[in-house]
Amino acid sequence: MEVITIESSPKTPSIKFDSKQGKLEIKGRSIPENSVEFYKPLVESLERYASAPTTPTQVDIQLEYFNTASSKCILDVLKRLETIHRQGNQVIINWYYEEDDEDMREAGEDYQAIVNLTFNMQQVELD
Amino acid sequence: MDIHDFYDKMDRNNILLSFKGDITAELLTSILQIIESKMDNMQEEPKLRKKVYIVLVELLQNLYHHMDDPSLEANAEMARTAIFMIGKENSHYNVITGNYIKNDRVPMLKKKMDEINALSPEEVKEHYKRTLNNGQMSDKGGGGLGMIDIARRTGKPLFYDFVPINDNFSFFTLNVVIEQ
Repeated sequence: MEVITIESSPKTPSIKFDSKQGKLEIKGRSIPENSVEFYKPLVESLERYASAPTTPTQVDIQLEYFNTASSKCILDVLKRLETIHRQGNQVIINWYYEEDDEDMREAGEDYQAIVNLTFNMQQVELD
Repeated sequence: MDIHDFYDKMDRNNILLSFKGDITAELLTSILQIIESKMDNMQEEPKLRKKVYIVLVELLQNLYHHMDDPSLEANAEMARTAIFMIGKENSHYNVITGNYIKNDRVPMLKKKMDEINALSPEEVKEHYKRTLNNGQMSDKGGGGLGMIDIARRTGKPLFYDFVPINDNFSFFTLNVVIEQ
């Protein structure tokens, strides 16, 4: 069993991953200068998780902003989840975006078009 | 130096913030915080606020990663500093960056921006998606998406200029216009 808990910072989102419950949550801003380094622990943990995943795996992604350096890393995370799904395990992706944030909605649609996973698009109200 | 003249110039161009010097990660954090609180005070629309913020992130991180370029080491003094300005005129924001780049990099960068500028907004989106999924990633995560993302978000061409400085360097300026 693996648990990852990373607190958010002004440039990085909070990450919560619990392999036993099959739950992953990424929330906040993702604008680090070095995104590869930031996402590495999660990507590696998902690789291990893929060998014996819980079903279903529920993923909640609620990003306020992300930079292009993060966008490839997020795709990397999603590709790991796609692998889990391809092995016959259910993967639920909830993609949250603030109302009026068409860019973030489109970003979710872009990812959905690239990976073979269904996204539940969830609009959230502004604070 | 005539400070009043300098003040006037900044005032006429409605400069909210400008900086010249080394670009560090701490500096980026500070600039982003200042601009965010300024836009907050100006009660800017959330949509425009987000757009300005994320375009700023991309432009500043471009400068930051450029500073890491090992080819610049030999000419550290001149090459490692950059200029950055953000201003607001009427309803749009202007973000301008300027930095030295090696002459041999000019044609490639110019070509890349010209290609982006020739695309329609729909084509820019497709170009972004293709580049996102091309499997290439720099060790920092970049992967050539920054400029495309800026064009995609602003829906405007990238206004750029290269001024030859000497046999080795040119000064590259980029002006990005962000509208509601």
